[in-house]
Amino acid sequence: MSTLVIKDLHVSIEDKEILKGVNLTLNTNEIHAIMGPNGTGKSTLASAIMGHPKYVVTSGTITLDGEDVLEMEVDERAQAGLFLAMQYPSEIAGVTNADFLRSAINSRREEGDEISIMKFIRELDKKMDFLEMPEEMSQRYLNEGFSGGEKKRNEILQLMMIQPKFAVLDEIDSGLDIDALKVVSKGINEMRGEGFGCLMITHYQRLLNYITPDHVHVMMQGKVVKSGGSELAQRLEAEGYDWIKKELGIEDTDAITEEA
Amino acid sequence: MTVETKLAVSAQDVRSFSEAHNEPQWLTELRERALAKVETLEMVKPDKTNVDSWNFFEFPEHKVEGKAISSLTELPQEVQAIVDENQQNLFIQHNNTAAYLQVSEELKAQGVIVTDLFTAVQEHSDLVQKYFMTEAVEVDEHKLTALHTALVNGGLFIYVPKEVKVEQPIQAVFYTDDENTSLFNHVLLVADQFSEVTYVENYLSIGAAKGQVNIIEEVIVNDGAKVTFGAVDTLAEGFTSYINRRGETKRDASLDWALGLMNDGDTVSENVTHLRGDGSTADAKTVVIGRGKQNQNFTTEVRNWGKSSDGQILTHAVMKDSARAIFNGIGKIEHGATKANAEQESRVLMLSPDARGDANPILLIEEDDVTAGHAASVGRVDPLQIYYLMSRGISRANAERLVIHGFLEPVVSQLPIEGVRKQLVEVIERKVK
Repeated sequence: MSTLVIKDLHVSIEDKEILKGVNLTLNTNEIHAIMGPNGTGKSTLASAIMGHPKYVVTSGTITLDGEDVLEMEVDERAQAGLFLAMQYPSEIAGVTNADFLRSAINSRREEGDEISIMKFIRELDKKMDFLEMPEEMSQRYLNEGFSGGEKKRNEILQLMMIQPKFAVLDEIDSGLDIDALKVVSKGINEMRGEGFGCLMITHYQRLLNYITPDHVHVMMQGKVVKSGGSELAQRLEAEGYDWIKKELGIEDTDAITEEA
Repeated sequence: MTVETKLAVSAQDVRSFSEAHNEPQWLTELRERALAKVETLEMVKPDKTNVDSWNFFEFPEHKVEGKAISSLTELPQEVQAIVDENQQNLFIQHNNTAAYLQVSEELKAQGVIVTDLFTAVQEHSDLVQKYFMTEAVEVDEHKLTALHTALVNGGLFIYVPKEVKVEQPIQAVFYTDDENTSLFNHVLLVADQFSEVTYVENYLSIGAAKGQVNIIEEVIVNDGAKVTFGAVDTLAEGFTSYINRRGETKRDASLDWALGLMNDGDTVSENVTHLRGDGSTADAKTVVIGRGKQNQNFTTEVRNWGKSSDGQILTHAVMKDSARAIFNGIGKIEHGATKANAEQESRVLMLSPDARGDANPILLIEEDDVTAGHAASVGRVDPLQIYYLMSRGISRANAERLVIHGFLEPVVSQLPIEGVRKQLVEVIERKVK
């Protein structure tokens, strides 16, 4: 079992503090959902875990099985087992999806022990088939000209090919129609199990109709303010966030503007 | 101001050279006339780079003999890597000597001519005379075109007759391995009406160089014909290069260029296509890597003369170290070219703070009923792209490599010969390291 521990995490962007002391512990074989109103720092948390160059951790710790994640470069975090499905994945012209994925897989293997092309293609075909992606998408340039839904599917394809210990899914459901949402959820559920932990960030409860979380957390004003089981998500869907604010005595101050 | 031009060769040398090669009288006379003009003509004037002080005129030898070979296994490793033994149509020039020629029986039967320039002027004198420095490039444009005409010392002639479709690409390799070699090379490619051909060439130097490169290539695409032209230049630092690749397209003709311009020395490269015929099209793609202390100037121009003609320009360049380069992209729509379209995109990726790369897009439009557009940018590698790739476990160095290869992919993917494509990828790899 692996454990990702976030302790009292404070994160700023351009000198503005967005996260004001986040605490969270994830184990493999668990699926966590983070919900909350817009601009409360959910995506900032995702970016800080992966090491986005614009986000500065001012205090607190993130550890993966005791190893200091914040000391690691972005690629080292990935090598250690972290994965972030991004809300807005970059487009990279001239690099095919297949070549990119093969580089990603080989980056985890020793020189001379690269994955054989045949084996790679077999795996890729299988997973693309599972995610109902047309074969030609492997030869298209990475995310270039992909629709919003295709990009999200492609993030899940990468997740399934790379098989990380922990995946953070940043609004994987945004902009998806029902059919695409079902396919993306199918991919995540396929990953579910021993050796895999997941942190899903979402605005909407509807994703949780397809992927039942073990734990639900509510973020407001840069902190996790409430945690519970999947019933918490249902209550949020029915009643909104006001009852939590009331319960915790949170006043609506200036909403935090969040960068994607 | 006229620049003083010291020439290593005299009129007598030029005449002797021509006679020694049994050239027809028209060429001997053309050479002499051209030489006489070198002194008085203006220097070439690439936009935004002053080349007046560049040494285009001094060189050790007019002709350096190479060795003819009977088997590809005799070639140096560097050349073997880019030719395939199954290549059916192949020309190799070693220094200034035609070293090897293989043309398929099928092409010969169809009347396709592929032969070195010296043989061509003897065996197909009228045909060469009709197109050599007449339609595409003129002798007296400037000093260097005249100098080229006077001193031409190698090259290739390709003629594809009417309605012949050449299925396999024709490949040419011009390589030098003697530092005294200069390339006054001329390639003349004529595709007659409704013919189709793909031509791919490499200019390659092994070891050091101290000569001149003054290359002119003319591509004539007659009515309804289609030419795909690929080139990879990897000439050594010691060469100062003037390389002029020019096309003429007639009615409904099309000409696609894919140029990998990877010389290590100071280079002036111009690639101009005149869309003369109505409905003709050109797609000029160029990729460049500048490194070291290189100073280069690249002009890609497509000029629309014909109605409904379509010109596309794409230039992607990577600049590192303290290299400097100007990228002139010129779309010009002439009066009367109604419904013409001129599009261009120039992108320069800077890898070093000391490098300089200027994209200089120019649109000149003298007709109302047309469409045109341009996009130009100079910038660094996008940190978010690198972050994205690294978040999948790819190291920073490899992430940058992937982005650069992807950036230069538009030309790599257009090269139809596997060996040449691989070679360009390797050159890119080596140069950006």
